[in-house]
Amino acid sequence: MQTLLGILPDALAYGMVLFTISIGLSIMMGLMRVVNLAHGAFAMIGGYLASFALTSLGVSYPIAILIAVIGTVIVSVPFEFLLYRRIYRRSDELTQILLTIGITFFIVGIANYIFGPTSKPIPLPDLLKGPFDLGLRMIPAHRLFVIGCGVVTAVALWLLIEKTEFGVRLRAAVDNGDMAEALGIRTQIVYSATFALAVGLAAFGGVVGAELLPVEPYYALRYMVTFLVVVSVGGAGSVTGAMAASLLLGLADTTGKYLAPEFGEFFFYVAVIVIVYVFPHGLFGKAH
Amino acid sequence: MATLSVTSAPQSAAAGLRNDLIAAAVIAVVGAIGYFVFPDDLAFLIRVIGLAFLVISLDLVTGYCGVATLGHAALFGVGAYAAGNVCLAGVTDPILMLLTGVIAGTATGLMSGLLVTRFRGLPQLVLSIAFGQLVAALANKLSSITGGSDGLAGIAPGPVFGVFNFDMFGRTGYIFSVIVLLVTMVTLLRFSRSPFALMCRAIKDDTLRARMIGVAVYPRLVVMYCVAGAVAGLGGALTAINTGVVGLDSVGFERSAEALIMLILGGAGNLWGALIGAILFELFHHYVSAASPFHWMILIGLLLIVVVLFFPKGLVNEVTRRIGDLRQRRAAR
Repeated sequence: MQTLLGILPDALAYGMVLFTISIGLSIMMGLMRVVNLAHGAFAMIGGYLASFALTSLGVSYPIAILIAVIGTVIVSVPFEFLLYRRIYRRSDELTQILLTIGITFFIVGIANYIFGPTSKPIPLPDLLKGPFDLGLRMIPAHRLFVIGCGVVTAVALWLLIEKTEFGVRLRAAVDNGDMAEALGIRTQIVYSATFALAVGLAAFGGVVGAELLPVEPYYALRYMVTFLVVVSVGGAGSVTGAMAASLLLGLADTTGKYLAPEFGEFFFYVAVIVIVYVFPHGLFGKAH
Repeated sequence: MATLSVTSAPQSAAAGLRNDLIAAAVIAVVGAIGYFVFPDDLAFLIRVIGLAFLVISLDLVTGYCGVATLGHAALFGVGAYAAGNVCLAGVTDPILMLLTGVIAGTATGLMSGLLVTRFRGLPQLVLSIAFGQLVAALANKLSSITGGSDGLAGIAPGPVFGVFNFDMFGRTGYIFSVIVLLVTMVTLLRFSRSPFALMCRAIKDDTLRARMIGVAVYPRLVVMYCVAGAVAGLGGALTAINTGVVGLDSVGFERSAEALIMLILGGAGNLWGALIGAILFELFHHYVSAASPFHWMILIGLLLIVVVLFFPKGLVNEVTRRIGDLRQRRAAR
């Protein structure tokens, strides 16, 4: 029971970080069918910008998050305009994989050229530093904050996709891009907006999740496949699926690390193989 | 997907033999040039040859069958660990070590192939990644047979055929590697013209149509994966023999990703492209990475973007196409 109580908050927090970062990729893959291995690179840019804002500019934590998200979206614009646009919906996976690996390498190289090859601290505000008394046991306040961020992101996205004009256009483009275009939806704009949303969410997740996935020079390479795996398990384009996959994989990974630390990622990938083999389109995905 | 990549009809037996001889001669001559021009860099050249096997193996599944995989290093690494282990167990004959690598690679290829080729697209890619990561995690943890993060060290192969000892300058190792590469390459060039390999290309070009004309797609891809596993395992064993150590990097994700990059630089679907891609990538790496690892990442990233966007068929295929165009124009004149 004690172990279970120890594992659950960590697993939940880790799962929520995975969700916050991966959900952007999931929406992007559901809509544009781009296997984007550079998603982690944008999370890394967010982490770098937040670290820079906090340590060099001395702004407060919320402002730093804002700077990171907006800054990353701005940085991503030329990539979208020059590169991603060419591979939306039409290229085969191999082209997409290679192009986005190229982008990742490029971003890792540039980020380290500018900011130096050291890991980047993202100091927490005092409010989130201490432990928090849940009544049952103490857990770090930051864990709660991350879990809260994940829940808020999920609800906000659900509202955006189900209840707004933009969501209607997005769902129309997902279901049938050509027909949506024929009906007067400017799909290119929907794609670009979705890309910006995905990148912004990646940056947000990169900053708030920095305690669990520390921001360091090879961040983009280290977690390159993790986010893709989450999306694939959950099913591309599904918010529910991404949430389920993140929590499940977060649980598998954290439990494995608690109970059999010597086997590290073994359980994580066993879970992935079993799930993908049984549900090739993901837990909540649709066949295209 | 409608573009056909098979450009030539199966050749006559005589033409095939001539091509094989030319291929053997080219590898022998280039190998000799490497030996005499860069006598101090033989260790580097040996490393390149070892990696070339991995890229050629990847070409068999990616270039010939259209399987997108990011876990191919597992096949290479298992071969290397297997060869290292039999050597440590007392079987020091290099040929037997190579054979062990081939068997281990084939077995890993079979498992990987059964899993990966069952699907197409995203599930295929993710399964290949997961398989590779699984093998990497096991290699890290089963330290009794892999040496864990320290690597498997102390592999001391005996003399080739009981005559040629491996020397510290890598002369024997280099010649041995070139010969193994030559034999493998000629064999695979023949194999790539076989009806089996041509049918794999057909599956790549149009799986549905292949299925309609009665091709059993899944078993064919699994068999091709086994062949690729044999080639990768051979390369792994060769690397283990030459370097004497097998590290975790030989099964890692980076190795898989790099192999894919090498293949695309050279040109998928062409065994020469795979070979030349491996050589180009490693040369580039050798010189730029010495300056700064991060400059290297920027440059390789840019190069990859440029190749994918402007030369999607790879540099070798691009050059041969240009030469072909030139010849046609000359013939028309």
